[in-house]
Amino acid sequence: MDQQIIVATVSKAARDVFSTMLGLEIEVGESFIEKTSPPESQKVVALIGLAGQWIGTGVIGCSPEFACRIASTMLMAEYEAVNEDVLDAMAEMANMIFGNVKTELEESLGGLGLSIPTVIFGRNFATRSVGQQAWTVFPLKAGNDEMELKFCLMPNRDLQLHSRPGRAHSPMVVENVEA
Amino acid sequence: MDLNVLIVDDSSAIRKILVRVLSQTDLPIKQIHEASDGSEALKIVEANDVSLILSDINMPNVDGLELLTQLRNTPKWKDLSVVMITTEGSQAKVMEAVQLGAKGYVRKPFTPEQIKEKVLACLKAA
Repeated sequence: MDQQIIVATVSKAARDVFSTMLGLEIEVGESFIEKTSPPESQKVVALIGLAGQWIGTGVIGCSPEFACRIASTMLMAEYEAVNEDVLDAMAEMANMIFGNVKTELEESLGGLGLSIPTVIFGRNFATRSVGQQAWTVFPLKAGNDEMELKFCLMPNRDLQLHSRPGRAHSPMVVENVEA
Repeated sequence: MDLNVLIVDDSSAIRKILVRVLSQTDLPIKQIHEASDGSEALKIVEANDVSLILSDINMPNVDGLELLTQLRNTPKWKDLSVVMITTEGSQAKVMEAVQLGAKGYVRKPFTPEQIKEKVLACLKAA
């Protein structure tokens, strides 16, 4: 998969979702490849899996404060601490961003399934994707707030002969979570 | 005619947004019901005189397309107006939803105006 297409597709999807759902214009910084994820100090992370002829995972992560601001804007209510509504808003952001990435990539990669998003809030945890080492990382800025998007995609060698996508699962491992 | 609307989405955030959008329209809405998947939606449709459904596609248990199939296979619900509101934007899914009788299709992310426009068009056509 052409890296430039991935960068352009994820960047556009993120801009569209922030702009349409939150009225926020974001800056997408230069993307880079990351082999291993450093431990997160304190973050809200939402992840979602894609599966079909290609498999992958999309992740969004930001501070609890920014997650609360996203939920406050999206739901037009005040959230000062991470609760179910905040986690749900983050899950929906991941669903919309990577759902749109999926739709765009399907034109060249064939049908893909999207998993139900998973959200994690904790301290000192690391995420890694089983069998996949390289992530494309997109640093985003919205005013003074920062978010990180990560995306990895690889051919599904087990399903190369099958064309029908199933429900995706995130092959994701989370280690050392402290609530 | 007062409308009984059912919003079906596994995301409570999206349900809250849609309730707000509908409440801000001039539509004569009597009640807004919420369901987190197709299975729950079918129970609400059975127990209430629902006139419009706004449904996601990608949901656990019974998804939006299965919900549509079950509605169309039940004579008393076969003409019920259903608008799909989903991230599933692939041509195949859109075609499948239309063939199953969806009266409208809105892709997430959406603006309140897009929802209002689609709901109004759907109600006019009904």
